Amino acid sequence: MPYDVGSLMLLNQFLVLGAALFSIGVYGLLVRRNAVLVLLSVELMLNAVNINLIAFESALVTNAAVGQVFSIFVITVAAAEVGFGLAIILMIFRNRRSANVDELDLMRW
Amino acid sequence: MVSSYVLAAEEGVAGLVEGGFWADTAGIMLITPFIAFLAIIALGKRMKYEGGEFAVASMAVNLVWATALFIQNMTEGGSSEVTFPIGGIGSGLQFELGWMVDGLSIMMYFLVSFVGLLVFIYAVGYMHGDIRVTWFFAAFSLFAGSMLLLVGAPNLVQLIIGWEGVGLASYLLIGHYWEDQENVNAGNKAFLVNKVADVGLVLGAIIVAMAVGDFGFVELSEASFAQDPTLSAVAVVGGLLLFLGAMGKSAQFPFHIWLPDAMAGPTPVSALMHAATMVTAGIYLMARTFPLYQNLASEIRPWMIAVGAITLFVIGLLALVADDLKQVLAYSTVSQLGYMMTAVAAGGYTAGLFHLFTHAFFKGLLFLGAGSVIHAVHSNNMSDMGGLRKYMPRTYTTFVIASLSLAGIIPLAGFWSKDEILATLDHEGYMVVFWIAVAGAFVTALYMTRAVALTFHGTYRGEGHPHESPLSMTGPLIALAVPSALVGFLNVPGVEIPGIGNFTEWLAVRVIPMGDNHPEGIAWNLAIIGLIAAGAGIVLGWALFARDAETQVARDRLEVPRLYPLFRRKYYMDDLALGIVDATRGPLARMIDWTNTYVIDGVVNATGGMGLALGRFVYGGLDQRGVDGVFNGLSVLIDGLGSGMRRLQTGRVQQYATAFVSGALVLVIVLMVLR
Amino acid sequence: MTVDAWIAEPVNWVFSIVAVVILFTAVRVVTSPNVVHAALYLVAALAGSAVMFLLLSAEFVALVLVLVYIGAVLVLFLFGIMITRAPTGFDEGLSNDRKLVSAAISLVLLGVLSWASLSAFGTDTVNTVGSPTATEILGDAILGRFVIPFEVVSFILLSALIGGITVARRDLTPLEEEERKAV
Repeated sequence: MPYDVGSLMLLNQFLVLGAALFSIGVYGLLVRRNAVLVLLSVELMLNAVNINLIAFESALVTNAAVGQVFSIFVITVAAAEVGFGLAIILMIFRNRRSANVDELDLMRW
Repeated sequence: MVSSYVLAAEEGVAGLVEGGFWADTAGIMLITPFIAFLAIIALGKRMKYEGGEFAVASMAVNLVWATALFIQNMTEGGSSEVTFPIGGIGSGLQFELGWMVDGLSIMMYFLVSFVGLLVFIYAVGYMHGDIRVTWFFAAFSLFAGSMLLLVGAPNLVQLIIGWEGVGLASYLLIGHYWEDQENVNAGNKAFLVNKVADVGLVLGAIIVAMAVGDFGFVELSEASFAQDPTLSAVAVVGGLLLFLGAMGKSAQFPFHIWLPDAMAGPTPVSALMHAATMVTAGIYLMARTFPLYQNLASEIRPWMIAVGAITLFVIGLLALVADDLKQVLAYSTVSQLGYMMTAVAAGGYTAGLFHLFTHAFFKGLLFLGAGSVIHAVHSNNMSDMGGLRKYMPRTYTTFVIASLSLAGIIPLAGFWSKDEILATLDHEGYMVVFWIAVAGAFVTALYMTRAVALTFHGTYRGEGHPHESPLSMTGPLIALAVPSALVGFLNVPGVEIPGIGNFTEWLAVRVIPMGDNHPEGIAWNLAIIGLIAAGAGIVLGWALFARDAETQVARDRLEVPRLYPLFRRKYYMDDLALGIVDATRGPLARMIDWTNTYVIDGVVNATGGMGLALGRFVYGGLDQRGVDGVFNGLSVLIDGLGSGMRRLQTGRVQQYATAFVSGALVLVIVLMVLR
Repeated sequence: MTVDAWIAEPVNWVFSIVAVVILFTAVRVVTSPNVVHAALYLVAALAGSAVMFLLLSAEFVALVLVLVYIGAVLVLFLFGIMITRAPTGFDEGLSNDRKLVSAAISLVLLGVLSWASLSAFGTDTVNTVGSPTATEILGDAILGRFVIPFEVVSFILLSALIGGITVARRDLTPLEEEERKAV
């Protein structure tokens, strides 16, 4: 049964949701002390971007599903980022016995 | 140069034909090693030879098929291809698995099966009582199977699958004795160096396949002959990337660094890796995609020749100083691969492949002989050997035959194939490369004489009492010595074997006949040049290394005092990064020193002088206290400002992020308001 | 389009409910005083996002999100939490003391982004046709038009893999080296 989903869904409702998720992610990025949690916040931001990409895809309807393709790329890169990021965190934890980002201030004056 | 396309039209045998029973069932060869792999893993531990039986059996089956195909195809000719569609992307690119049956792949099937069978039999004796024998044979079967998958591939996708399988199996085998960190590092090095090059292979395959619209080699050849405009637009980039892949697998300069370290694996692995599998894959790829280079991407061929020439000579020199017997042979392989690459790139498609064919026999034999020696003296180093000809007569005889064949002495196999390469280079007019190749032949003869002299002549320098290896090890040596000596007669230029014809002409017949750039008949003048170079190498080597044993090792180091450290450190390729750092450090330091001495000191002195003058003026002209007040005030101000600003640099990432986000926000808001 | 018409559409109810869930869980991700809970809230937020993708008829991406993120990445995160021995109980020290400033910045960011999209796209609707995007189209696009980026991404993944192993692997201490040799 062809069910006409979304002819009454606004593009903006998704964009604003994405903006809200992104802002929440930024908040987490700025306040979280634990490095793993910072990475979690980054994941939230990336996910907000994905929502935007997919929403634009269905609003503009490109014939090659460009938005979806790119959101898959984003997911892939995010997975790579998590793997490598956690490796770095692990290394830092081994050397400093702590994974708190605000204790990593060796680069200051 | 004769255009291959014209040749194809003249001979008029383009296209696929019915293969007959052996060709239609050739896929069995691609499967048996994997069946053996599973069988070894499942049942190997319970068997008498810990799984070696399955590996040997699979190779024996393969040898039956390969020999039948070899004989049938050489007498009847014809190319065929069997493929099964696996899937595809939309209506465009199709993935297929299957097998090719033509001169090129039959030659490779035969090499892998023949050398593989002998090496496997040898390995049963060599690995007896070793650790993890079952696992060793499993990985070894995987190694041979992946190579068969690679050389049987009718398209780039299957080739890449086999290619990566070979890489994986070699990683497992090189690191077989992983208890030593060195061996693990060698495996990692081989894997990573190959991975860098594999990026080229994968990207090149995609680019070429997108242009042709198909992954198949037949389609690629057809498009190349037809000068397809889509393909010619990307031919140079695609060809270069594929060549990059071939450079990695075939250990061409500067990717050669992994191969000598790959000696860390057990000796049978080295024998198979150097003779038939792994390193020949790159040459095979170049031969498979030869029409692309011949017809479209001819701009890259000079570069390929240059890489080959550098490899064949420069790396060959390294074999002169290596003490590890297997390393001598490893450098020798790299050098011979340079010959093959040079020949293929110069257009001598069949000359390069014929050298690959003969090389497989004598290099396999050399490695197995080296393994036999190492098995007897429990050391890889030639400084622990010497005088072994008395203890190991069979190993000695076969080793010498292989060495002479490698050096290119008439009438052994190596002579005919090397002569073919020299003739091709001469015929194509690459005279500089020709003389480099002649010099390479001289070096080859020299280091092989050195290896033989240091290992088998003089007096024994090692410990214990060496003895001849068991029959399961010397048997394969003898079985390999026969083709090492005789296989060259398959292709005496200008001579047709009744009922079979000429080996290289057979090789040149593919789905589309390849055509070739090499002269008709034998070129005796070139052959004599080659022979003189090889003979000179042997005589010099004999004079240098075969005299009294006591001083052999010491003199080995003294003969080339200037070059010795250079060779010993492998041209500092491994130290290159360190070298760059060292080279830039000095000038950089001097530059900073100069800046410090002249610029900064000058500024300081000038400022000081001005300050002095000003001070005198002020002292003379103004009230001291007022000035003091101003200066003190200024300094307090600057001090406060500095401490204030310093707080900004907390080193805390999140504060930076806060500043970054708010700065970006302010910018956005400003832009929105202005708009 | 009137507000009544918007509300009358059942799909929008689904959207609203899921959006509320996503926002609530996302807020909990960044405020939860328990590290493990934060990671689990992220699961919920991502599952909500997957529902959003389904609403937008991007079923393939939705499944990829579930498989890759919820299936793999989150497990990796939990491993990361366990291995770094972050306090798994409640810990008020997980956030620093710049909450107010950060919250203000985030709110301004939200305002700017929302204002930008609201003023740019007004009452545009999304044109999802009933059937979901065929995975075939997506596959064609990835392995056709975007095959080079696709390969590049896969090499990024590979290099991240190798890099991750290289960074995270630990050289044995001399003592452990001895023990290993002894065995």
